[in-house]
Amino acid sequence: MIWLDTLVQGLLLGGLYALFAAGLSLVFGIMRLVNLAHGDLIVLGAYLILGIGTATGLNPFLAALLALPVMFALGMALQAGLLNRVLGEDILPPLLVTFGLSVVIQNGLLTAFSADSRKLPLGPVEAASVPLGPVTIGTMPLLTFGSAILVILALNWLFYRTALGRAFRATSDDPVTAQLMGIRPQRIFAVATGIALVVATIAALYLGARANFDPSIGPARLLYAFEAVIIGGLGSLWGTLAGGLVIGVAQAFGAALNPEWQILAGHIAFVLVLLLRPRGLFPRALD
Amino acid sequence: MRIFLIFLAFALALALVPILGSRALVQDLFTVLCLLVLALNWNLLAGFAGLVSVGQQAFVGIGAYAMFACVILLGLNPILGMLVGGLVAMALSVPVAFFAFRLHGAYFAIGTWAVADIARLSFSQWKALGGGTGTALPKEAVQEMAVIQILRDLFGGSKAAAVDMLTYWLALALVLAVLAASWIFLRSRLGLGLQAVRDNPVAARAVGVDPTRLKALVFLLTAFVTGICGGLLFIQIGRISPDAAFSLLDWTAFVIFIVVIGGIGTLPGPIIGVLVFYGLERALADYGTLYLILLGLIGIAIMLFARRGLWGSFIQRTGFDPLPLGHRAPARATPE
Repeated sequence: MIWLDTLVQGLLLGGLYALFAAGLSLVFGIMRLVNLAHGDLIVLGAYLILGIGTATGLNPFLAALLALPVMFALGMALQAGLLNRVLGEDILPPLLVTFGLSVVIQNGLLTAFSADSRKLPLGPVEAASVPLGPVTIGTMPLLTFGSAILVILALNWLFYRTALGRAFRATSDDPVTAQLMGIRPQRIFAVATGIALVVATIAALYLGARANFDPSIGPARLLYAFEAVIIGGLGSLWGTLAGGLVIGVAQAFGAALNPEWQILAGHIAFVLVLLLRPRGLFPRALD
Repeated sequence: MRIFLIFLAFALALALVPILGSRALVQDLFTVLCLLVLALNWNLLAGFAGLVSVGQQAFVGIGAYAMFACVILLGLNPILGMLVGGLVAMALSVPVAFFAFRLHGAYFAIGTWAVADIARLSFSQWKALGGGTGTALPKEAVQEMAVIQILRDLFGGSKAAAVDMLTYWLALALVLAVLAASWIFLRSRLGLGLQAVRDNPVAARAVGVDPTRLKALVFLLTAFVTGICGGLLFIQIGRISPDAAFSLLDWTAFVIFIVVIGGIGTLPGPIIGVLVFYGLERALADYGTLYLILLGLIGIAIMLFARRGLWGSFIQRTGFDPLPLGHRAPARATPE
């Protein structure tokens, strides 16, 4: 029974990692951009939600709703003003620019909010739980998992059922031909990064509600998210969800054996998957 | 020729610092020299071999831990331990290469980062060396080395000062050795092949260059030097913990900024970068996080406006390259 419980906890944790990873996966899949600042942007989102909540007295869920358009605009501005200028054949410039951005955001937050750890106050729902067959599940982890599924469903709908998604796929497959069809890749990229930051804000809400956060936790979250994206395969959103679940379950079982092994088990699962499938489980696009 | 004489004079001046300068300066410059070794290595990897690793801290930590194990568990001399550290780092870089070389571009960066985190977490399980909290290097093991006594007889001063002196000179020697080796390597057949692969992989293969073999060679050799540098750093620091030895910020992030600011893919770039880095650090030491923010902004600005860094832009503007890595084309045979 303890193993079933561990499995369920691992799957729920994997949902959170899939949320961290979904925005990254979208950007990675469309423009091959490795955004090393994604983890710090999630933490930035958490502080934004906290700030809006404190200023207006709103519940974090409503504060997050207000934060969404702000983060979308920030994402578009970031892509149009900075990242579009370094995208190209050479992967080094975007890697180094987002790396610099990560250091700037992290230390900017440290200056503004100090190193104290914070939490988003949700009230009684934090401690609530639902009995589900033989195991009891916390309401918040369940909500996180449900949101992850919804986000992946929404992104997939956007990707495969809308004109914008068609433009996304076309630019991903062949930017030059897409341009011939009247698509401006630079604009498409800006919208994609905006959407990625909307997803990052949703991730930030659950990150901040689940546990304490401080300005320094971005890079570790980024690493889990990247592992999820790579395990899933480039450009596959469902793959990213699967990748998140693999990391989450591996971490939960690692922690069940020895609390010190939690993170290690996740990394080892990542290495094992890549040894067997260097392109991930469900690659959609060629890199 | 003149450039070599200037360089030699500069190296000689640096060698005299422990005799003439203060101990604080010696300790500062020791760190700078070690960062320069790491920067020269990372530049070889990313700037010449196209291997953008975010996991070089793995080899710093492995070298440092191997050195500690040699001293504490085997009772070896720390300097010998440092060399063992380099060898262990190189040995462990083989399985890392088998894994990481299956990944390309950005995947490679993330893969090496994950490997470094695995190394950090694994070494924090090593209870004999203090587990997650770490341990200190026994003072007597370092201070009772025969060479320390010789240095004290020659220059006087306390035991601790003599240790600083010794580690400083070792770091300087390491810098000079790596610089000389890089210069010779990059102008050799292998090095020219490497630059050919970087500039045009298809054409390079067509003339018989094997990119994977060359890249693996660079990966192994830089792991060796990075491991030695890790051992040396922690002889001087004297205390180890997994978080300090495998620090992404100290041993990889700073190093990346140094190389990018100075000029990636140029041999003198890291030297210029480390000078800028040290100058900024001294000027902004009192502002803490502001310093890091500025460093990040400079890195971004360099990538936007001067991709080849300060040194690369200098060469581009002036056309004057005192340290060319290519060879002059043979003079055209004139018809008689």
